[in-house]
Parts: sequence; structure tokens; C-alpha cells
Amino acid sequence: MSTAPAPVELERPDAEEDVRADRPWLAIVWNDPINLMSYVTYVFQTVFGYPKSKAEKLMLDVHHKGRAVVAKGTREEMERDVEILHSYGLWATVKRDD
Amino acid sequence: MSNVKKTRKGVVVRLEPEEAALVRALMEQLVTLLGDVPGEDGELASVGIAENAVKPDDPVLARLFPDAYREDGEAAGEFRRYTEMGLRDGKREAARTVLDALKDPGSDIVLDQEQAQIWLRALNDVRLALGTRLDISEEWYEEAEQLDPRDPRTPMFAAYDWLTMLQEGLVRALW
Repeated sequence: MSTAPAPVELERPDAEEDVRADRPWLAIVWNDPINLMSYVTYVFQTVFGYPKSKAEKLMLDVHHKGRAVVAKGTREEMERDVEILHSYGLWATVKRDD
Repeated sequence: MSNVKKTRKGVVVRLEPEEAALVRALMEQLVTLLGDVPGEDGELASVGIAENAVKPDDPVLARLFPDAYREDGEAAGEFRRYTEMGLRDGKREAARTVLDALKDPGSDIVLDQEQAQIWLRALNDVRLALGTRLDISEEWYEEAEQLDPRDPRTPMFAAYDWLTMLQEGLVRALW
């Protein structure tokens, strides 16, 4: 990392960076053989306030497809969600949408 | 034969003495396992930041505190530095809450909504620990049925199965 910034870069916004900044971040939950289906549904309802039908659909996505996006937002929000999901013992990760 | 009942007083958990002893032993093991916090001596520890937090070698700890980024080791490390101490404290406190409730043997344990949720999290952590040690797969039930009764894993599978029922009962009571 350079400590001497090139003036030209300061004056001209980096187009690619701008596009990336608009992309939301994702909280993803991965399937594992230990967490109960009922418990995972309950956690989605409790943590995100999702209705049971939506929580159940997400849980089934995790179960059948191996993973599901459970929330979208800023990086800070997704890190906060993943931290809470870890407190419940779910296997959750943060990723930028691509 | 359910251990958990939803009543007007709250969620009632009734455990036989040997069941309470099992839960107690597993919670104590969990507290011990959660005991060592990497980098807790540092000045940053007082504000909940673990300076040297790295992905644990122990598969159980690695499961309890998974990497938050799959393809970015640096971001995963940073996340761990800022969250792992708090997460460990929370899990330890939950296990201690269960242990406190088990001090009075033989009586029904009455839990309010918040306490029941703490029990759920602690039971789940114990199942994650036991399940990871047993290398549980989706087909674990068939696997366990074929085990020699003298295999040292047999009582562990039985404990895991029973904990699963207890946790399922608690989820149903909270819904």
C-alpha cells in the first residue's frame, strides 16, 4: 500500500469502486447435519423477525441447496447478523453480492 | 414421554436425576472448553477485542466459532478479533445459566421465554460439540444402530439422541 497518494486519483473517482460500493452484502447460512430444522426456522424468526412461512422456506433452502441468503444490507449490518447467528450456533458467513 | 411442557407459568423442564447429571456434565465440559480465550491478556481485551484470535485448531471450537468469510482470510481474522471474545462470553454465560438452574435436583425447572431461549442456545452448543466429536452426518442414526454396544461412542450417540429430543421439545414449546 502506498503512503504517497497520486493527486490524479483523488480528483478522478474510480468508476469500478463506485459500482462495488452500491452492491449489497449478503448473510449466508450453510447446511450442517447437527442443527435441527425446527431450531433453524426458530432462529430465522427470532433474529430477523421473519414470518414462520418465510423462515421455513429459507430453512428448507439451506437443507436442500446447501445454503441460503438470509439477509441483505451493508457490510456492517451483515457482520452484525452473522455474529448473532454464530451466537445461536448457525454456520453463517458474510459475502459481497456478485 | 416429553421432558418439556408449555404451561401458564412458563416452559417447564422435568429431568430425571441421571438426565440432569448428563446435562450438567456436558455443560461443565462446554464451559471448560470455552475457557481459554486467545489474546485475552492484551489491553484490547477490556473492550472485547481479542488481539491474537485465530481460527481454533480444535474442530469443536472451529465449529462454534466458524470463519465469517470463506474466501477472505484477512476479513475472517478481523471479524474474529472483534467478535470472538463476546461470543465466547455469551456461550459461557448461557451454559452457566443452565448449570445454575440444575443446582436444585429433582424439582421441575420453570423457564420464562428468555431463559428458555438461553437453554436452547446452550443445548445447541452442547449438541454441536458432541456432534462434531462424533463426526455426525445426515445418516448418523443408521450408523449408530450398527455400532457395537461396547463401543465407547455408543453412550455418546445415545446422549446426542436424547439431547436432540430435549432441544426439539424446547423449540416446540417456544413456538
